[in-house]
Parts: sequence; structure tokens; C-alpha cells
Amino acid sequence: MTEMSELNQAAHTEFHPRWYRKRLSTWWWLGEWHYLVFILRELSSLSVAWFVGLTLFQLRAFMRGPDSYGRFTDTLQSPIMIALNLIAFCFIMLHAITWFNLAPRAMPVRVGGKRVPEFLVAAPNYVLWIAVSAFVAWLLLRTS
Amino acid sequence: MADKIVLEIARYAPERDDKPSFQSFEVPLRKEWVVLDALNYIKDKVDGTLTYRWSCRMGICGSCGMMVNGEPKLTCATFLTSYGNNATVRVEPLRYFPVIRDLVTALSDFLVKLQKVKPWLIHPNQPPLSAGEFLQTPEQLDLYKQFSMCINCTLCYAACPVVGLDQEFVGPAALALAQRYNLDNRDQGSAERLATLAHPDGIWGCTFVGECTRVCPKHVDPAGAIQQYKLTAALDWVKSFILPRGHKDAPQETAHD
Repeated sequence: MTEMSELNQAAHTEFHPRWYRKRLSTWWWLGEWHYLVFILRELSSLSVAWFVGLTLFQLRAFMRGPDSYGRFTDTLQSPIMIALNLIAFCFIMLHAITWFNLAPRAMPVRVGGKRVPEFLVAAPNYVLWIAVSAFVAWLLLRTS
Repeated sequence: MADKIVLEIARYAPERDDKPSFQSFEVPLRKEWVVLDALNYIKDKVDGTLTYRWSCRMGICGSCGMMVNGEPKLTCATFLTSYGNNATVRVEPLRYFPVIRDLVTALSDFLVKLQKVKPWLIHPNQPPLSAGEFLQTPEQLDLYKQFSMCINCTLCYAACPVVGLDQEFVGPAALALAQRYNLDNRDQGSAERLATLAHPDGIWGCTFVGECTRVCPKHVDPAGAIQQYKLTAALDWVKSFILPRGHKDAPQETAHD
């Protein structure tokens, strides 16, 4: 980069043109809505990791017996944990929705030589997501 | 409708300026005028030193790409009236490219990358002409046709933050064109292209921002082409892992018959 800036200081001649190069700011993703959404989508992977970690800790507490599990659920009810989980949940939603919307782009499904419309590729993902969510909700809520 | 519109145009004279600055021009606002018409008006009537590229003014030569109000656009297809009355339209050279003068960017880097992916038919075992024409079915054409619509306008490079962050990244248009030839059943060059494409500066440099596809004036969908090739390259790697020897000898077919 220093070489480049030194080049930029050099005089312009017809055979050694002095090109202007702009260096990208560290905050390039803040200026534009599409870039911001992209960075938020990338950051949403942290939420996925958060929930994976949480599930592993939940399993560990479960294995250690009722006392340990009770302490774990108490921790989950603290305001900080509720706030953290709400934020993580929003990011997970962003993650899932953007992922499903991008699926048709990465997987062009062809039937009889014709490309299937994008929404028909994305829709089964949503249907499956809702079905699995509904099943999990039923599983959790039926005893309570 | 107002009868005037103000264009703020980035000016850069390499023999004089250290960095570009903006100059405002007031031009007539006519219903049928595109940004390029306004630039031509300024060049003809106001300031003949204004420098920019253009040729066909009908969206096929790909030379008049510029940033219009921060968006990569073909200026021959961007109507002034779409920016509303009494608006200021800001015209800058395409982002992430070195600027030579005013609105003209240096394309040499892009052309080197384009050549690197070998965007032509590679056909070592070509049958003689006497064998007749190479027939292609509509389905075979349909596999690559979308990616063949690229006009090399480089709007996708100006939209892609990876291009801005990593100068070595091959970039959307070149990768989409490589895929256009990989998917053509007359082509046998996918193995030759693999080393350039399945590389951290090739498809694996792409983080799927998707902006290239959004700004493409010819609906080429470079982001789609790159993601689809990622799948091909990953499967290829799995195959080479399972069948190291058999795979090495086999031609790498992506979309043949």
C-alpha cells in the first residue's frame, strides 16, 4: 500500500498516468442498506453458535440431574439472558429468511429442461420450517 | 415538471488534482433524456473537457457504466426524470476501479482477470468441419444462455464489496462467464478453468452479498453462477477424495448431456 501511495505522489505524464485509487473505509458496510443487511446476515452466524452452545449447556445440566437443570432454567429466566436470547432469536430469523431466499439462486432446479420458478424452490423450505417449528411447539406445549 | 436539473459530476485531472472533486452543471430536464444525454449536453455545450466513455447508447456496448447517486448504473438506461423534480443527480466513476480522468476508469485489471478464466470454447477434440454442424438442443442452450448475456459493463464489480476489499478477487462477471463456458456442452475446458475458479481469489472469495445480481442490467445473475459453481467444485473435491486415481483421469464434466 505504501508503494501505491508513493506512486500516487509521482508526476503525471502521458505514458505514466497517475490513477486515483480510493481506499475502502473500514466502515464501508454502514453507508449502504444492502451492505448493512449483508453484514448483519454474516453476524447472525454468531447467534447460531450462541444457541448451539446454549443447547449443549442445557444437555449437560440435564445429565447432571434435576437440581442442575433447575439452576439452568433459573439462569435462563434472568433479564439479561432473556434480552440476549431475544436478540439472538431476531438474528436467527434474519439468518433463516435470507438463507431460504438465497436458496433458489444457488440451486437452480430444472424439471423437464425448464427452470422451476424461484418461489417454488424457496417455498418448500418455508413449509418445512413452519412444519418442524409447529411439531416442536406441540411437543413442548402438550404436557404443560 | 421542472425544466432544469443539476448534475454533480466527479472531476479528476491527473496532471493537476490529487483527488477528485465535484462540479455542478445545470442541464435541461427533458422527459426522454437519460443521464448520458445530460453528459453529452455538457460536453457539447458547456465544458468540452468532461471525459467519459460511451458508445452505443442502447444498453449493449457496456461502456457508459457510472455511479449515479451511489448506484452502479448504465447511464444510457437511467432516466433523469426517475430522480424527481428539482433533484440533484450525482455522477461518479464506477466504484473500486482506479480513475484515469473524470468518469473514466482503468479496466486493465478487469481484462487480465477476464482472460484468466479462459472465456472461450475450449474444444481439443473438435470433429472436422466435414462432420457437420454442432447441434445444440434448446435445453442445452438454456443451461448457459443467461450467463452469456454479459456485456462486460463491470457494474457488478462496482457493486461488490469483495472487489473493493481484495484486489486479487477475480470478480462476478469473469466468474459468471467462466460458468457460461463450463455449462456449454461444446466446451471441454472446465478442467483447465478449475485451478483459477476453485481458488480463494476465485469462487471461494465470494461471500454471496448478492449485489452483483441486483445491479446487473442484463439479468445475468453472477451471484447465482458463482454459488452453483461452488457446489460443482465441492462435489468435485469430494469425488477426488473418494476416487483419487479414477477421478484424475476422468474429464471433469459439469453439465454435459
